Amino acid sequence: MTADKKTKIIKTIKVDVDKCNGCRACEVICSAFHATPKYSSVNPARSRIRVIREPFTDIYVPVYAGEYTPAECAGRDKYIINGKEYDECAFCRASCSSRDIFKEPDSGLPLKCDMCESDPPLEEPMCVQWCLSDALIYEEREEEVDEEEEPAMDIEISLESLADKYGLEKVAEVVNRMSKKG
Amino acid sequence: MRYAETGYNLEIDLTRGNIERVASDPKDTELYLGGLGTNAKILWERVPAEADAFDPENLLIFATGLLCGTPATGCNRTIVSTFSPQTKLMAFSMMGGFLAPELKYAGYDKVIFRGKSPELVYLWIHNDKVELRDASHLKGMGANETRRKIRQELNEPRAQVAAIGMAGENRVFYASIEQGRSSASRGGIGAVMGDKGLKAIAVRGTNDINVAKPEKYFELCQEVLDYIKWRDDHPIPGQIPILSVLGSPQEMAIHDEKWHTENFMWGNARERRKGFWNEDIAKEWEETLESGRTRLISCYNCPLKCGATVNMKGLPTYMMKCFSKLTYTMAAYANLEFGLTIAQRATEYGVDGYSTPQVMAFALELLEAGILTKDDFPGMPEDTQGRFYWLLDRIVRREGIGDILADGTYWASKKIGKGAEEYAHNNIKKHEQLPLKLSMLNPVYFLMYCTGEKINITQIEGQFPQAAYPKREHREKFVKDWFQVPDDRFKQYFLDWEPRGDNANPYYPTPEMACDIVDWQERMHYIDDALGMCAGVSSFHLKPPYHIHNYPSFISAGAGIEMDEEKLSLAAKRYRTLVRAINIRRGMRRKDEAPPADHWKKRFPDLEKKLLDTYYEFKGWNQDGIPTEKSLRELGLDYVAEDFVQRGILTGGQEP
Repeated sequence: MTADKKTKIIKTIKVDVDKCNGCRACEVICSAFHATPKYSSVNPARSRIRVIREPFTDIYVPVYAGEYTPAECAGRDKYIINGKEYDECAFCRASCSSRDIFKEPDSGLPLKCDMCESDPPLEEPMCVQWCLSDALIYEEREEEVDEEEEPAMDIEISLESLADKYGLEKVAEVVNRMSKKG
Repeated sequence: MRYAETGYNLEIDLTRGNIERVASDPKDTELYLGGLGTNAKILWERVPAEADAFDPENLLIFATGLLCGTPATGCNRTIVSTFSPQTKLMAFSMMGGFLAPELKYAGYDKVIFRGKSPELVYLWIHNDKVELRDASHLKGMGANETRRKIRQELNEPRAQVAAIGMAGENRVFYASIEQGRSSASRGGIGAVMGDKGLKAIAVRGTNDINVAKPEKYFELCQEVLDYIKWRDDHPIPGQIPILSVLGSPQEMAIHDEKWHTENFMWGNARERRKGFWNEDIAKEWEETLESGRTRLISCYNCPLKCGATVNMKGLPTYMMKCFSKLTYTMAAYANLEFGLTIAQRATEYGVDGYSTPQVMAFALELLEAGILTKDDFPGMPEDTQGRFYWLLDRIVRREGIGDILADGTYWASKKIGKGAEEYAHNNIKKHEQLPLKLSMLNPVYFLMYCTGEKINITQIEGQFPQAAYPKREHREKFVKDWFQVPDDRFKQYFLDWEPRGDNANPYYPTPEMACDIVDWQERMHYIDDALGMCAGVSSFHLKPPYHIHNYPSFISAGAGIEMDEEKLSLAAKRYRTLVRAINIRRGMRRKDEAPPADHWKKRFPDLEKKLLDTYYEFKGWNQDGIPTEKSLRELGLDYVAEDFVQRGILTGGQEP
């Protein structure tokens, strides 16, 4: 092993859409777990997992919040699998201006799944623990990577999106003013 | 700050199109909890006893339960309360699905409708934005179709929609309100919705619901979920499949229908077909279900898959719930394919799956008996299945004979006369019942059939086994992990209960024990109906995850209301008594409290009198079933006592 190689734990949630019963327990417990204080409130609109669900066409897709993106894609995708037509961008994880999921309902700030990072760490993310249908299965594996990247913190992602909206200068100005106020 | 509830109701005056957001009184939550409890208080206060179901003064209340919207598994019921056009009494059907939590997140505990809209409308609630919208383009549209159309025109795929179909619009006395994979079907509340000119409610909410003690509340929820998981691996031995596992009867998962098809009655609740179930039928029905069923599905925040999406050849998909799987099949002496196919149309029309097939079978019996003639059914096909479709189409449109049948078997038989009353034989308080006819009187069930004011046996039974276990060792094993009992004496009742001999039905359980058992079973249902809990994870089941010992903690930690078992039991008794008071004020009396005359073959008039006498006294009611002044005052229902004295229902200052 060379000095700049490191092992990294890859955390995966395997989503078996055929097993999803559409109950949205994952949304419930995700929003409760990430509430401040923990478990103090429930609001699926704040959840970092959303079930795209249409019983009449048998569409059940639990999707996790991924990266924030300032602008939507140049084009949109639409999948048809086994004759079932999925919503536009159904499988996309982005918190994106093209749709209302994965955004804080009050502020519009983006949300991102953090695999329920906590201290002490959980054995499995809460959505997986609460999915008794086994539509969500947690898996970990080790992989060798060149160097570990620092994951972006929540606050960075938020600031980035604010900078996109108002310009970095304006954000810096406000932060400066707030810090002076104490 | 209010916890678990929002503290606000929406008041919608359909006559004027006025919408108001009104704060509710936290004191009422303490005394009546929420859901059914506070609904009863509102109906008592605001609907005159003289008002008919179709008078503008009648209210139609869509309520969430107190704990809906919190992480408590299975807590998703919408409790719809109004007055029934069929029974003339309070109707309080409930539905699961997804509406109640969404309404909470939108910021409301209840939506209270009064008056009548001059034009067909629907209500659109999106957080603070609430509006009545024109629904003239939805007139005559199916319930599922309406839901699709509304989501589309609002461009809100996540809006939850409860809608009526043609039956509700045309005020069929057993019209349902359809929503998600569920429906509020009993008591004809869909007819009241239609009478008010309300086609649907659509809701989208993105606000928080808070709980008072987060860590504690989460711990309670996790315990329940873990127990549900455990129960899944440990079905109760000695029980038929639908009673051994949690959930509504798992009708869409199981193939073996020997028990239902050979123990429930066919046709107009007439014939028991012993030996019906054989290998060929088992194979055919399994193929039908396997090819028709797309997926097993659940209500909001519940792992139990009690429903299914069903797609029968060439028809739009619909969602099947529970025992409607067999009611049409058995009423028409048909096969499962027929039952699942006609249920699609029945769901779009929005009709109750218990009453509707029975009304149609009743009509065909009257034709066979010559009480109705061919002229009453112009153009009706010759085959039974074709006749069922023909009748269904006419009932929901109130066309010809359909107009008479749309009032249900009780009222239809009065109109038809010529001895038709004999054929309306399976009713309690004018309401069609499950097609069950048994031999030996069961004292516990006798009391439940007589006095259950939801007028539906599944909405009062559950905690206590339906029949004695033959072997004492099995009984001993059963009571071992029966921690849900309020008191150990219930274990003894069961241990000493024998299938034959001195300690058998009808004289055992004794009237005193029967009162105790019925009271416990009913109490758990009433608590569920106030909290918004599905009976499928609670009161309908033996050994459920929710019970009298953990519910007080759920209420304390969830809603922030100090609660213990005694206080909770008292609250449940308070609004249960209030429901009775509402019905008493509308004329219900002891004479109305009887099971269908042919429900049991072996009847015991003296014992039955003793049972009812004992139960009324146990409940604090006089011998006519009226709550006494003393018991009303003990429950803090002085306002009811005063009203009763004023009306001469009770004599003031005297105690019987």
